[in-house]
Amino acid sequence: MTPQPTQTPTEPTTLDSVVIRFCGDSGDGMQLTGGQFTDTSAFLGNDFATLPDYPAEIRAPRGTMFGVSGFQVHFSSHDIFTPGDTVNALVAMNPAGLKANIEDVQPGGIVIVNEDEFNTTNLKKCGYPQDYNPLLDEQLTSNFTLVCVPMSRLTREALTESDIGAKAVDRCRNMFALGIVYWLYERPIESSVRYFEEVFGKAKSKPEIAEININALKAGYYFGETAELFPSRYRVLPATHPPGLYRRISGNKATELGLVAAAQKANKKIVYASYPITPASDIIHGLSHLKHFGVKTFQAEDEIAAVCAAIGASFAGDIGITGTSGPGVALKSEAMGLAVMLELPLVVVSVQRAGPATGMPTKTEQADLLQSFFGRPGESPCIVIAPCSPSDCFMMAIEAVRLALLHMCPVIFMSDAYLANGAEPWLIPDMNDIPPIEVTHPAPLTSPGEDFLPYKRDLETLTREWAIPGTAGYEHRVGGLEKQAETGNVSYDPDNHHEMVRIREEKVARAVKTIPPLEVRGPDSGDALVLGWGGTFGSITTAVDQLRAEGRSVSSAHLRYINPFPSNLGEVLSRFKTVIIPEINLGQLRMLIRARFLIDAIGINVMRGRPFNVEYLTQRISEIMDDSSKGQDR
Amino acid sequence: MTCANHTSLPVLNAKDFTTDQDVRWCPGCGDYAILTCVRKVLPKLPFRKEDFVFVSGIGCAARFPYYMDTFGVHSIHGRAPAVATGVKLANPDLHVVVVSGDGDLLSIGGNHTMHAMRRNLDFTILLLNNKIYGLTKGQYSPTSEFGKVTATTPFGSIDYPINPISLAVACGCTFIARSIDIDMKHLSVVIQRAIEHKGTSFVEIYQDCNIFNHQAWFYASQKDTKADATIFLEHGKPLIFGKDRDKGIRFHQGKMEIVELGNGVTESDLIVHDETDHSLAFLYAQMSHPQFPEPLGIIHANPDKPTYDTLVQKQIKASFERHGEPDLQTLINGNDTWEIK
Repeated sequence: MTPQPTQTPTEPTTLDSVVIRFCGDSGDGMQLTGGQFTDTSAFLGNDFATLPDYPAEIRAPRGTMFGVSGFQVHFSSHDIFTPGDTVNALVAMNPAGLKANIEDVQPGGIVIVNEDEFNTTNLKKCGYPQDYNPLLDEQLTSNFTLVCVPMSRLTREALTESDIGAKAVDRCRNMFALGIVYWLYERPIESSVRYFEEVFGKAKSKPEIAEININALKAGYYFGETAELFPSRYRVLPATHPPGLYRRISGNKATELGLVAAAQKANKKIVYASYPITPASDIIHGLSHLKHFGVKTFQAEDEIAAVCAAIGASFAGDIGITGTSGPGVALKSEAMGLAVMLELPLVVVSVQRAGPATGMPTKTEQADLLQSFFGRPGESPCIVIAPCSPSDCFMMAIEAVRLALLHMCPVIFMSDAYLANGAEPWLIPDMNDIPPIEVTHPAPLTSPGEDFLPYKRDLETLTREWAIPGTAGYEHRVGGLEKQAETGNVSYDPDNHHEMVRIREEKVARAVKTIPPLEVRGPDSGDALVLGWGGTFGSITTAVDQLRAEGRSVSSAHLRYINPFPSNLGEVLSRFKTVIIPEINLGQLRMLIRARFLIDAIGINVMRGRPFNVEYLTQRISEIMDDSSKGQDR
Repeated sequence: MTCANHTSLPVLNAKDFTTDQDVRWCPGCGDYAILTCVRKVLPKLPFRKEDFVFVSGIGCAARFPYYMDTFGVHSIHGRAPAVATGVKLANPDLHVVVVSGDGDLLSIGGNHTMHAMRRNLDFTILLLNNKIYGLTKGQYSPTSEFGKVTATTPFGSIDYPINPISLAVACGCTFIARSIDIDMKHLSVVIQRAIEHKGTSFVEIYQDCNIFNHQAWFYASQKDTKADATIFLEHGKPLIFGKDRDKGIRFHQGKMEIVELGNGVTESDLIVHDETDHSLAFLYAQMSHPQFPEPLGIIHANPDKPTYDTLVQKQIKASFERHGEPDLQTLINGNDTWEIK
């Protein structure tokens, strides 16, 4: 967004929205800095979306390119759906941060650097040629509003009276930087001051750490005020959100809370069994604090043990849940097939990351969709759902549990690294508005009756009864071998197997009856429909809304339920001349749509470990629509 | 939750624990004796039938749950201890028995066996050790002896075998025992003690696969050799063995050695078995045929170590005490909210 002076140059310039990226070394506290800026903006009533971008290495060698950690926040006075494509203001705490991020800054954008870190050693570490300093390069100085601040020195000077060590003082540079940015964008510092007082002062009992951080923050703020570094201050007015109580929420936090809410609504306990894996670990971290909510967490010895423990827990009557990422799903796949065979509820939270193998553990991707559909031996249908935004993880986690309990089968919940770590404001739902989830187990037999038939089915849903150990008269065996219909005894009968394969498939297909139809954003017919799933909702919606505002006949629709597809999907697709499917993979949903509906959908596929760039998406959709209208050969 | 304290339990017998399914092991398989034994032991225990859960992996032995009229899970290869862990996490009042073979529990599932024992989960693991892969038709297993010729090792196995008791001792397992399929009386006592034990109870059972590895345990099962090849451990009793009970085990210069009783050597010179002594268990684990008689019986039992199950419940209770009645809305709201009017 190009700054447009509103009144006199001394008055703040009002902007619609701003994208700021804080970047520096992974030890520079950029996640905290960005988080604080976001919280403050939230309290001011801005809409926002955030994108943390950090390396897998916890402390990569200081100053190197692969140690760069970033946090991007997009805040605005209107509704936004993405963390933003281009950066309006970059805060770079070291040369590596500048080098890694400068290409994303808009021409004319603000670049604030800690010039003290631009010494020969650091410049060399990130691979700049000898005797070259980018701060002296005309390319940089003429293309951007470069603001060089000796942050390290000024922070030290601001904290000279503190008798705390030099190392701790140096760690406050990020707060000095935040102070400058707070001043620049007219943000009050109070929210962050409160944060340090409460978290470091009280909770962690380190008032001296709280004090130096607060002092550095103030020093940065006053420096911004007095140094006259910037041509103008900027103002972003509050957005008009519906009234209510809000909080900031990330996808992983929303997933955690959704699982707990679901368990409470089902009046059931959870066993969340997991093996540490990026980017899913935060979910077990959070849940492990919630034992008083009937949540039992289990850090298993490996991914397989985690899913097997979840299955064991479900057999015994709790809700078995396991959380992981693609590599973990791969390891769990045999056991997920077991859950299909046992017909027990199981939720598999799959927080996708860039693959294959270890891939890029902290970066996002959508390339595990076909894994969730087909990554098991045999015909092994699972329900597959995908939240579309960080806050949507809450409702979809409840849905995952509901569907698993209702249909007695595994449900795969496809989050991703962007949703998991990205955050947005969330109008907190009233828990009384969430309907209870009904679960029944057969009651103990008081007198000897008929033999229990563990695989006898409900005629409507085709699910079997969930009889749990400890219930007299319901002793029964389940196992991975093929079941005889009704009795559940081992059977190698050819007709029985054929029938059971079909029943398991049909049971999952019938879940369609309780999932909502697909909604179209924009006119419900037209030249093109842009169909997405999962974490790309924000970028697709922004791009398509923009194109429609430009007068193009294009709508969007987003799949949150993928197996089974919503009942109206085929019909929706048929109302558009062209179907475009952007995905952060090579076209996995597109393959499913083509196979199911015989529609020659066109893909937009970019795998850069990041959400789609909206500008690129807009341009590609436009091109595809132009080509289609010309009837060109695709 | 089930209630563990029942004033009146119905009188049951082995038949009550027998399903209508035909048992499909090969005729003469050692598994039959073990099954019969377990069916007879369960009615003796002061537990409700519906509170038993049998969990197995894959292999011949893993068919066990289908033949027990209790709750049961025949899971996937190697994962029985992990499934059993989940069962106990959900309901610690259940009596869970894992039954599987040496390939299942020590090879593909070795990791889970190790971690269940390390955590001291309150369940029983019956390891039916026949030193061979039976169901897949005769490949060597992790307990097969070095040099064994099998379907996959035509020139002899070059794998050194694992000693299951050593593994259990190393994992800090709180109940470690060994028995043999043909000695039903001994096996019954050991299994009963194992199921009664609070904590992970690990029982290695020498089991004859009469198709692919017949005679593997003959030294320990046949009349003419067993008295010299095995030694029955009894808590508080000296280590005596031999057909004429004229041999014993004593410490000599920091090592165990076999001695003949007489000629100045008396019972008081011998090691006295103390099942609570973990360091003795380390030594027993090293006693193997033919250098030493192999110990049978309860090698180690420590009922005092808190189980994983109780520790889980303890933390849940503490969490309740700390936080009081949980309020979902408060949790969902979190600590940092803002209101838009």
